Amino acid sequence: MNVSHEWLQAFVPHALSAEQVRDLLTAHVATVEGFERLRADLAPFVVARVVESEKVPDTKLSFNKVDDGSGTLLEVVCGAPNVTVGAMYPFARSGTLMPAGFKIEKKKIRGFTSNGMLCSANELGLGEDQAGILELTTDAAPGTPLLTVLPLGDVRMVVDVLPNRPDLLSHLGVAREVSALTGVAMRSPLDALLPADAEGAVAGRGVALGAEARDARQASSGGATVRLEDAEGCPLYLGAVIRGIAVGPSPAWLRERVEAAGVRSISNVVDVTNYVLHGLGQPMHAFDLARLAEQTVVVRRARAGEKMVTLDGVERTLTTEMTMIADASQSIAVAGVMGGRDSEVTDATTDVLLEVAYFNPRRTRLTRRALGLSTDASYRFERGIDPQGGETALRVAVALLVAVAGGRVDGGMIAVGAAPSALPPVTLRPARVEAVLGAEVSGSEITGYLSGIGFGVAGARVGEGEGEGFGVAGAGVGEGELVVTPPSWRRDVTHEVDLIEDVARLHGYDRLPDTIEAYRPTTVPDHPLYLAGRRVRDALVATGLAEVRPIPFVKGDDASHWRVTNPLAEDEPHLRTSVLQSLVPRAEYNLTRMQGDVRIFEVGSVFLGKSSGTVDEVVRVGVLIMGARAPRHFSDTASSTAIDAWDAKALAERVARAAYPGASIEIGVAEEPALWQVLVNGQIIGSVCRLTLDAPVWASGAFGIECTIGAMPLAPVAEPGTSAHAGARPAVASAAPPVRYQAIPTTPAAEFDLALLVPDGIPAGDVERVLRTSGGEMLERLSLFDEFRGAGVPDGMRSLAWRLTFRHPERTLRDKEIDGRRSQLLKSLENQLGVKPRSA
Amino acid sequence: MLLDDFRSAAASLRTDGPGQIAAASSLDAWTEVRNALVGRTSGRLSDLMTALGTLPKEDRREAGQLANAVKQELEALLDARHTELSRGQQQGPAIDGTMPARATWQGSVHPVSLVIDEVVEIFRELGFTIALGPEAEHAWYNFGALNFPADHPAMDLHDTLYLNDDLVLRTHTSPVQVRTLQQYAPPIRILAPGNVYRRDFFDPSHAPMFSQIEGLVVDEGITFADLKATLTRFANRFFGETKTRFRPSYFPFTEPSAEMDVLCGVCKGSGCPVCKQSGWVEILGSGMVHPTVLENAGIDSEKYTGWAFGLGPARTAISRHAIPDIRILYDSDVRFLEQFAR
Ligand SMILES: [Zn+2]
Repeated sequence: MNVSHEWLQAFVPHALSAEQVRDLLTAHVATVEGFERLRADLAPFVVARVVESEKVPDTKLSFNKVDDGSGTLLEVVCGAPNVTVGAMYPFARSGTLMPAGFKIEKKKIRGFTSNGMLCSANELGLGEDQAGILELTTDAAPGTPLLTVLPLGDVRMVVDVLPNRPDLLSHLGVAREVSALTGVAMRSPLDALLPADAEGAVAGRGVALGAEARDARQASSGGATVRLEDAEGCPLYLGAVIRGIAVGPSPAWLRERVEAAGVRSISNVVDVTNYVLHGLGQPMHAFDLARLAEQTVVVRRARAGEKMVTLDGVERTLTTEMTMIADASQSIAVAGVMGGRDSEVTDATTDVLLEVAYFNPRRTRLTRRALGLSTDASYRFERGIDPQGGETALRVAVALLVAVAGGRVDGGMIAVGAAPSALPPVTLRPARVEAVLGAEVSGSEITGYLSGIGFGVAGARVGEGEGEGFGVAGAGVGEGELVVTPPSWRRDVTHEVDLIEDVARLHGYDRLPDTIEAYRPTTVPDHPLYLAGRRVRDALVATGLAEVRPIPFVKGDDASHWRVTNPLAEDEPHLRTSVLQSLVPRAEYNLTRMQGDVRIFEVGSVFLGKSSGTVDEVVRVGVLIMGARAPRHFSDTASSTAIDAWDAKALAERVARAAYPGASIEIGVAEEPALWQVLVNGQIIGSVCRLTLDAPVWASGAFGIECTIGAMPLAPVAEPGTSAHAGARPAVASAAPPVRYQAIPTTPAAEFDLALLVPDGIPAGDVERVLRTSGGEMLERLSLFDEFRGAGVPDGMRSLAWRLTFRHPERTLRDKEIDGRRSQLLKSLENQLGVKPRSA
Repeated sequence: MLLDDFRSAAASLRTDGPGQIAAASSLDAWTEVRNALVGRTSGRLSDLMTALGTLPKEDRREAGQLANAVKQELEALLDARHTELSRGQQQGPAIDGTMPARATWQGSVHPVSLVIDEVVEIFRELGFTIALGPEAEHAWYNFGALNFPADHPAMDLHDTLYLNDDLVLRTHTSPVQVRTLQQYAPPIRILAPGNVYRRDFFDPSHAPMFSQIEGLVVDEGITFADLKATLTRFANRFFGETKTRFRPSYFPFTEPSAEMDVLCGVCKGSGCPVCKQSGWVEILGSGMVHPTVLENAGIDSEKYTGWAFGLGPARTAISRHAIPDIRILYDSDVRFLEQFAR
């Protein structure tokens, strides 16, 4: 909402600066997020003092030395007759752009150099006076910006009006708040909007509407008829006929006012309607009466398939949910949204029908959305205008129109339908105000705040002799309670807490205390998925991986992926079913930027369950690794150190341990295309795979790991309006059992190596299993240290070598025992797997 | 052996020893020399000591003193040489210390997560725990329960992505308020970080998904003063000594509602282009939990009051790290991520 400072002062003749108004509104009403001096073109001008002045003989010119605060006196030639030594003038330094559009240049005049210009009011665009330069009465130091000394021109403030306060979408509404906050009384809308000294003001003020024609369905006056067929879409329709107007440009004062609100001046008739919209918050429309068939307005639903060309020249297809303004034969406007081209006021128009209506907010919103057409009018109707404000708006509009376009009123106000009924009063307990705000606000203060912005406040007597009676207690009103009737323009107020908010903001948020108080501990435990996610993240970061936070939209397919019904991009309309779906494009992004060392991960949601019809949201960790295993060091001997599948396997185990502390973790061989599956307590929770990227030839192989951390259930906690407090205990994260101390060995270990010829088809894991089971309790460690194929190893076999470490907890093992164990192991291997030692 | 022979043997050891010690050019060589000279079992001094026992009794005293003196001289020289060699070993010419260390990859936490972590740490000091909720959410939790009127302009503030008539991608973390209130009885003090979605196209300052942190306090006797106090304390812990300002605002699920500003970090309140001359920078939205929200979660709104807030960590991350375009946070360029290595 654009608010003009001068326009606001016309409503509330306060003495505050625009900056003060901005701060007041931001602190108590709504944030002023824009602040624009409409004469910002004067910002570069400063005030300067003439220190010396000498006439140039035989000319009108004077040669002056001017102090502009820069520290050096400037030589300035001036053609004005009134240069006075010691006086202060507006000064344009060379380089300054003048309002007329030219730049002040440094130049030589009659042998004198001129370094700027002392300015007249006319040169500053401040009026017609060309008698001489503008002498300023000021104590300001030379060099002070002119706008600081002379607050010239209006200020446009952009107020961020939020959806609960449509009453602030007008100067009247903002002025009400300023009036309440400053204590300065409001002027009447007509006084505020029609300046007494404006040409035509007397004629405008003298306008009297004839006898009112009011009916629930149809009424006529001044030769025009209004028929209401869609009372739901348009509860109230007001109109008036003015004949004999002259359409033309607006007078300067009106043009300046509408332009200050950021609206382009079009013609006197259109400007009046916009002026009333921005002044009083009542959208209105002027129809060319001569172009209305049978001079009749019909408010009805659009007919199925009906079409109309709106003012913007676009043909619109209408639906029966839309309210139309029609004449006797066809639609002429989309109610509350936009007028039609065929009934538009033109230069030839002489007779107009002014429309002031209250359109249903919800219906206007649906129409606006269906047409994709938002206007200043629809914006206000869908938020809800003051249903009682129409009559005043119509009268003011008629007066303004007669003042700026001439003409005379024909007949009286046509009023069809009825405004929506007033909202019921709301009970307000001062004790509740204190309970919510944490500060006592007295009943009389509350009454002052609320009545200041138009609320009716009545209440029970607080007690004998306290002198705080606000009237007589109504039925059912407790002691000290207030009965508050919202004004017609505050249809947002339906609950006690709505009133508490008004009290709080008018009292001032900054006046409320902010001392920190003791608190009781929360009943809510940390969410286990948060804790698990942090552990996983910390483990991966410690391993040298970077966390990423990409978006989860993917190409996907409808069969397995949830589709966003209104996606941002048609090529990525689905939600991912795997984190790796998001990580792969990020790796490819890096590869196109020649970055081949990519080690990234994300802990985030995936969206499963498409086939079952219920979203099954699961929190997963996805890991993508490729490139060098470590930064290359000059002392490294091996040439290739790229990350391989074994790194991925190790990382998968690390991830699983972090996510599921204390659980039994197994990284088992998986079916193609995965390399491994990750099992936690025997359940598959993830996998490791080789990734196929869109990669350049120089890129090394990429590996992916994806593990489930836990489910994020969508099911409602409880029915609306109820809780599930009783009996509902959160799933407590299975705490890892504490580590149990194991005695540090004091006896020496015995080690030997086994090099085995293992036929292809026998996995190393099978060999290890036999070694473990046959190794007995004293087998402490088993470590595969070599794999070899080639010379000395038969085809179809490989040589695998393990180092086995044995230890007895109490004594040194004898050589004989070790040799015995070795033979026994070899025997088991041969018997169970047919595996023989390589050397034998 | 005679005393004279002993004397000449000692003298020769005395003559040879220092030269050999000086000639030891490494610690290994030094060990060899030491063993050869004064080694306990096989050195020349130990030979001398053995010979001592074969001397006539009356000569042993003199010979013993002589052997001891030689021993002390040699050991002093050996110690000195060892010190020299050790020092030489440390500084030795074999290593050029200016060459780079063997590095390992440094992992990094995303800058948005860094902000979330920091906010979480501060609120943990104030007794908050962490709650989470689904990103694909029932419309009722996202809107209805939070007092959003149907077909109302308030909905325009949330351009929503839908999965079907009932399911949306949550537009804020506030649904976690309702889920938590339904599941746990007050007192409640929670923080709910998470991803939220809006139908906003990527541009330098918008993204269709971003993170948010929700805070909620509900108990008996909770007031707007608590809101101001707690959030002001947070602001001072997070931004360093600052001031806060509370402005009237509107959210359907809180009333009274307030935006909290802190002093602009660039101009400290005097006004500059960063804060659009206002001296203040908006940090979070907040307010007293609307009684309707409590009732929607089955909580007695007469007995309990509460407050809530929501802040966007990406905005904080962008401003504190001077990141010029929000899309950089999503691109995942490893050269960007590395800048946050630790
Ligand atoms: Zn600033």
